[in-house]
Amino acid sequence: MADSRPLSPHLSIWKWRVHMATSIFHRVSGNALAFAGLTLFAWWLAAAATSKEAYDSFAAVAGSPVGWIVWVGLSWTFFQHLMSGIRHLLMDSGWGYALGTSKMTATWVFAGAIALTAAFWAVFILFGPGLG
Amino acid sequence: MATDFQSASGLKRVRGLGSAKSGAHHWWLQRVTAAGNLVLLIWFVASLLLLPTLNHSSVITWIAQPLVAVPLLLLILSTFWHARLGVQVMIEDYVKAEGLKLLAFIALNFFILAAGVVATFSVLAIAFGA
Repeated sequence: MADSRPLSPHLSIWKWRVHMATSIFHRVSGNALAFAGLTLFAWWLAAAATSKEAYDSFAAVAGSPVGWIVWVGLSWTFFQHLMSGIRHLLMDSGWGYALGTSKMTATWVFAGAIALTAAFWAVFILFGPGLG
Repeated sequence: MATDFQSASGLKRVRGLGSAKSGAHHWWLQRVTAAGNLVLLIWFVASLLLLPTLNHSSVITWIAQPLVAVPLLLLILSTFWHARLGVQVMIEDYVKAEGLKLLAFIALNFFILAAGVVATFSVLAIAFGA
């Protein structure tokens, strides 16, 4: 039924734009946070509530090389979703649809997410909590 | 002004019915929980950075305080709800077969409720000193 409807003949003609990348990254990062992020968050809380031993086994995985890759990736994912989420809320208010503005804010989303991720880990390593 | 989009008939707009057949409720809750996430996650990330260490005793002492446990419970509600709404849109957009879509919705709800209740119960257990 759906297959018999006429389709735009130009759907395959497109090139990458920063605006569309923002949209795609918002969806991918949202799903990563929903599944990986919330699972790890629930595991962390459950381990803390269960016992010191359970918490230490969480901490061992979290502090492993693979764990660090996951935390850095997840933190960037978080800041990316946060920045493009703020962009969405601004556009919900009716602002930012002009092509130049949209491209500028999309660019700032990527730059801001990388800057915030770097800033977070700099603060974490220099001034943040100990892990012991 | 970009807010002047009109993609439905007058009667449909009065009834609040779009192609989703359920008005703007889902869309609006997605925004409300986004605002909640914004405030609560800034608090959460800043609080984690300010903890002396991230070991077991430090973390449970922190969570056990009422003014930490309550925002943490609100954070769980807001993030899990937001995640459920967001992943639902993903399933609606990319899972074409109706039966598979239904199964995906059920699996999503099971995951969100199970993980959300684990997180909620854990905070309560720590707060009430179990």
